[in-house]
Amino acid sequence: MNDKSEVELLQELGDTVGKPTIEGNPRMSCRNVDVFYNKDSQAIFDVSVDLAKNEILAMIGPSGCGKSTLLRCLNRMNDTIDDCVVKGEIKLDGEDIHSKSIDPVLLRSNVGMVFQKPNPFPKSIYDNVAYGPKLHGLTRNNAELDDLVEESLTKAGLWKETKDRLNKPGTGLSGGQQQRLCIARTMAVKPEVILMDEPTSALDPIATATIEELMYELKSSYTIAVVTHSMQQAARISDRTAYFHLGRLVEVNQTNTVFTNPEHELTENYITGRFG
Amino acid sequence: MSDLDLFSIVIVSTLIVFFLAQQKAKKWQMTDSGITLHSLPGYYGYLSALWTAIPALLIFAAWSFLEVNATSMLVVGQFAELQALDKSSLSLALNEIHLLAGSGGASSAADASINAQAAVLYLQYMDDSFLLKTSSVLAIAALGFAFTYWRITPATRARNSVEQLTIYALLACATIAILTTVGIVFSVILESIEFFKQIPITDFLFGTHWSPQIAIREDQAGSSGAFGAVPLFWGTIFISIIALMIAGPLGLISAIYLAEYADKKVRSVIKPILEVLAGIPTVVYGFFAAITIGPLVRDFGNYLRDIGVNLDIEIMANLTVSTESALAAGLVMGMMIVPFILSLSDDVISAVPDAMRDGSTAMGATKSETVWKVIVPAALPGIVGGFLLAISRAIGETMIVLMAAGVAANLTANPMDAVTTVTTQIVTLLTGDQEFDSVKTLAAFALGLGLFITTLLLNIIALHVVRKYREQYE
Repeated sequence: MNDKSEVELLQELGDTVGKPTIEGNPRMSCRNVDVFYNKDSQAIFDVSVDLAKNEILAMIGPSGCGKSTLLRCLNRMNDTIDDCVVKGEIKLDGEDIHSKSIDPVLLRSNVGMVFQKPNPFPKSIYDNVAYGPKLHGLTRNNAELDDLVEESLTKAGLWKETKDRLNKPGTGLSGGQQQRLCIARTMAVKPEVILMDEPTSALDPIATATIEELMYELKSSYTIAVVTHSMQQAARISDRTAYFHLGRLVEVNQTNTVFTNPEHELTENYITGRFG
Repeated sequence: MSDLDLFSIVIVSTLIVFFLAQQKAKKWQMTDSGITLHSLPGYYGYLSALWTAIPALLIFAAWSFLEVNATSMLVVGQFAELQALDKSSLSLALNEIHLLAGSGGASSAADASINAQAAVLYLQYMDDSFLLKTSSVLAIAALGFAFTYWRITPATRARNSVEQLTIYALLACATIAILTTVGIVFSVILESIEFFKQIPITDFLFGTHWSPQIAIREDQAGSSGAFGAVPLFWGTIFISIIALMIAGPLGLISAIYLAEYADKKVRSVIKPILEVLAGIPTVVYGFFAAITIGPLVRDFGNYLRDIGVNLDIEIMANLTVSTESALAAGLVMGMMIVPFILSLSDDVISAVPDAMRDGSTAMGATKSETVWKVIVPAALPGIVGGFLLAISRAIGETMIVLMAAGVAANLTANPMDAVTTVTTQIVTLLTGDQEFDSVKTLAAFALGLGLFITTLLLNIIALHVVRKYREQYE
């Protein structure tokens, strides 16, 4: 089966196999993206991939393969890291997010992000959700804000559990509830894309299942890119799966294809548990 | 032979014991291959050495501590004349006896006064005492050595026993620190009680007039003294508030800049400079306050008054202005505590997890929105704790206020006027030639007690607040 060593396979790494790009208008698209930390250490090599509207793209791969780095490029979170340089073209709805006319602060309200560890602000549950709308002036009065908070919490499946304790600190919730609060907070600013960086890795299996169901429901209104270390999770929730290896995008295909009939040998090695 | 020799002997024999016991353990290891040692050979050495040294040194310390007093008492017991003296005369006589004994003058047989005789006896007793001390210390050391050296076997849990002894040693050190504090507090409390026997506590706490001068002679002009501490505590609080109004915003905003905005280069320059600023002795700040800021504040006050006179504004026209002012002291004290607040705030702001920053940034917040709406609220308990610690520092500060705020106990809300503080008054009460049992000097202890309680409460609150903050993130 495995005739070639990993080193040989790596040397052969050429273009991404499968279908990294899609036909029609993608929500987001990356072309020839390179990312460098500290000038000489390159984290991502020539990655091109599209995100279709209302799909979930799962990004998998061994630790340090650059999937989180790419995710953070999509809403320019890497700007906050000194010495991080992003080259290539990333577009949101056909507009280059690095162009001068784009305000990175506004971009981040269009491309929201949920992090690995739930990070509610040390404020009340209500204020956590109201934080974004208040910043961007999305509501005209308190009643509208109340509605928006309720709507967001409802979408995140957290309304029933928290409606009686909206003034309690968000940090007092359980881990899974905190993560759903963070998702509600992100949705409250009405983004088009939600990026999720291993959103369930700090949660127990039951909370994970709740979040996965939530992601599945959110698909109808948002485009979601999710980085995950759990291949089962990728298989359960995503439409397409992208496999990264050492900063290169090896393969992108329909999730079914990736897990049943991967095109690239590196992908096959990874999903069959031979390394990573 | 002196105390130092005895001490050295104990230490040297301890070292020897260490090597003996270690060698003994090593021998087991070498010869009997069947036997396994419970601990490394060194631990057998430590165990024997500790048992040799600690009891001996304890006896040595206790004996040295009690020796002078006990011997003196024995000497006094031999002389009816000395027993007849009252307390203060006796302590004078004992001082003279110690002096005579120390100078060796006691050996001249011509001097036949009671004190000289006592000194001879004292020297004799001290010699006996030393002999007794030496023999008992060495005996205890030998006993300790015997107790362990011959009893250690390969199965002895030397490692665990050394661990136990280490814990006791650490406990002993901690106890010394605590006992010292307790001792100081008790002496202050006892003297304060003396004071409150003479001046009612309500006069002290609620009186608004402070004038500690008491006529020493009957015919002397001067008051009978008034000990209302309110103006002093008000002066302290007033200056601290001014200082905090300067240092609070300045320190916090600089801390935000340093922690959130400054790049590494700027930080690496500013941080050491701040440490230098924190190391400037307060008396140097005092010069600065008295020579530069004081006159500036006075000129400014005069300017305000002139405006008041010209425009006929009564409050401003009647402004009392002096070179020594609450404002000058407060301003300089504010400068003094800026590094303190800055470095504490910098620590708590840096301790806010990056996840908070990322979370806020990802919501589309700008950097300053993130700082003011997420980072500062998250760090607030720590910042408040830092402020409270800075206030207790300001309240205890002496030199700056002594040089810049004056000694006049005015109860005033005018920052241009001279005020005085608790610390300043303690200094003026206790410096110079004083009798240490007059009401005036006792008042210093009462003030000290008040100050101590105030700062203690502030520190307790501050530590509580800081701890609460830590629980949130660790």
